[in-house]
Amino acid sequence: MRYSGLKVIKEALTGHKGWTPAWRDPEPQSHYDIVIIGGGGHGLATAYYLAKEFGQKRIAVLEKGWIGGGNVGRNTTIIRSNYLLDGNEPFYEFSLKLWEGLEQDFNYNAMISQRGILNLIHSDAQRDAFTRRGNAMILNGADAEMLTVRQIKERYPYLKTDDARFPIKGGLAQHRGGTVRHDAVAWGYARGADSRGVDIIQNCEVTGFRIENGTCLGVETSRGFIGAGKIGCAVAGSSSRLMSKADMRLPMESHVLQAFVSEGLKPVMPGVVTFGAGHFYCSQSDKGGLVFGGDLDGYNSYAQRGNLPTVEDVCEGGMAIFPAFGRARLLRMWGGIMDMSMDGSPIIDKTHIDGLYFNGGWCYGGFKATPASGYCFAHLLAKDAPHPTATAYRFDRFEKGYMIDEKGMGNQPNLH
Amino acid sequence: MIIDHPLLGPRDSAEFTYMGDAKLIDRPDWQAATAAQDFYEYAYLRDNPAGWHEELWFHEAGDRSWLVVTRNTLTHEISKVELARDVARRRGRST
Repeated sequence: MRYSGLKVIKEALTGHKGWTPAWRDPEPQSHYDIVIIGGGGHGLATAYYLAKEFGQKRIAVLEKGWIGGGNVGRNTTIIRSNYLLDGNEPFYEFSLKLWEGLEQDFNYNAMISQRGILNLIHSDAQRDAFTRRGNAMILNGADAEMLTVRQIKERYPYLKTDDARFPIKGGLAQHRGGTVRHDAVAWGYARGADSRGVDIIQNCEVTGFRIENGTCLGVETSRGFIGAGKIGCAVAGSSSRLMSKADMRLPMESHVLQAFVSEGLKPVMPGVVTFGAGHFYCSQSDKGGLVFGGDLDGYNSYAQRGNLPTVEDVCEGGMAIFPAFGRARLLRMWGGIMDMSMDGSPIIDKTHIDGLYFNGGWCYGGFKATPASGYCFAHLLAKDAPHPTATAYRFDRFEKGYMIDEKGMGNQPNLH
Repeated sequence: MIIDHPLLGPRDSAEFTYMGDAKLIDRPDWQAATAAQDFYEYAYLRDNPAGWHEELWFHEAGDRSWLVVTRNTLTHEISKVELARDVARRRGRST
């Protein structure tokens, strides 16, 4: 069924009897050409592009719980491509371009809003660094503009620019950045994949891999063995847990990241703003809640909840630039599990086991990458060669010294 | 989280900074024939278990001692806290 404005009007006049489920609930078959493990944004996008762009048939997505129940359903919904390094920026700009056409492409309203992102500058050194970053973005076809304090004040008049400790001296803006209705991304990809014949199998936990003579033949699941020609893993925070079943140790740690939503307010934040002197960023959802986040808690965790010192730290960052927000009450907060890699950048690569492919290490930046991650992983699975924008995301870059370390922190995942 | 420091008693985990897996105590032999591979695995690969995890915490805002904390990554429960010095000595890593 194709969604359209006309369809909405027709259904409104005929009692909404014509809507059908957006995807099927099929029984797993005994064998598929390609099995994707993980029914989150990246896994569903991979299946969608495999079917739509790469002409693949007989694809299944296996999901332990329900689709879109992990980090794609629990994030701060920001899209942007303001990266510095050559290994990253073309990939994230490719992703942003896919976002721009996504709703038409998969015929689903993901409420993509290019309301702009603004990174605040607080020192001369930071201005130099952000100018360099903006130039790197422009070189890679992205948009970037350095704003003066006066320009920033026009948009955010209540921003505290004259703080004695961290005065705001300007900002780097990417006007094409913005926010997305995150759940709709998972649902749109799921519906698009399902309509092209992909089996989305929920409540199906992968319990092991069947590997013989260095080749992966399929997966053991809670619903029986499922054979596959190729298997792609896209399970984010559970990456180490899943790949340990194939006796792999990954260059990553799983950390908890908390995020927060305030009570609903009238429109006050026209775009996304990030604090440059601490870790805090904020936007306003279409329902009115201030959506904000900051640093990781900083220790290995699979608990999906964090602790209060980080809450305090994030709120202090917010109060430093938006004192007015101190009057808003917190409505809800949550913790998600991030697959923090050793250089802060992801991996989209084959493993040393034939037929087994891996997509992970997205740290806390996986949401914006969803379309390109799916597209590039589908490219790798279909053609056994990396997509041109994802050639740097290799497993062996740590061994060979080709780290993609945007923040220059070294192999300390909780600092990326 | 509260970390029960062996010398100072219960302390708020916010006083500490986190280093990672306590296997980082077991630095490879730089003269071994396999040193390049050993150091790659030491520096970059982690078990990252869901469950009990021995990990290094540094009491930065306290007595600046290194601790080995045995903590459950699924529940954040802490079952054991030792001075990293004692653990390292037991493993023959320190005198």
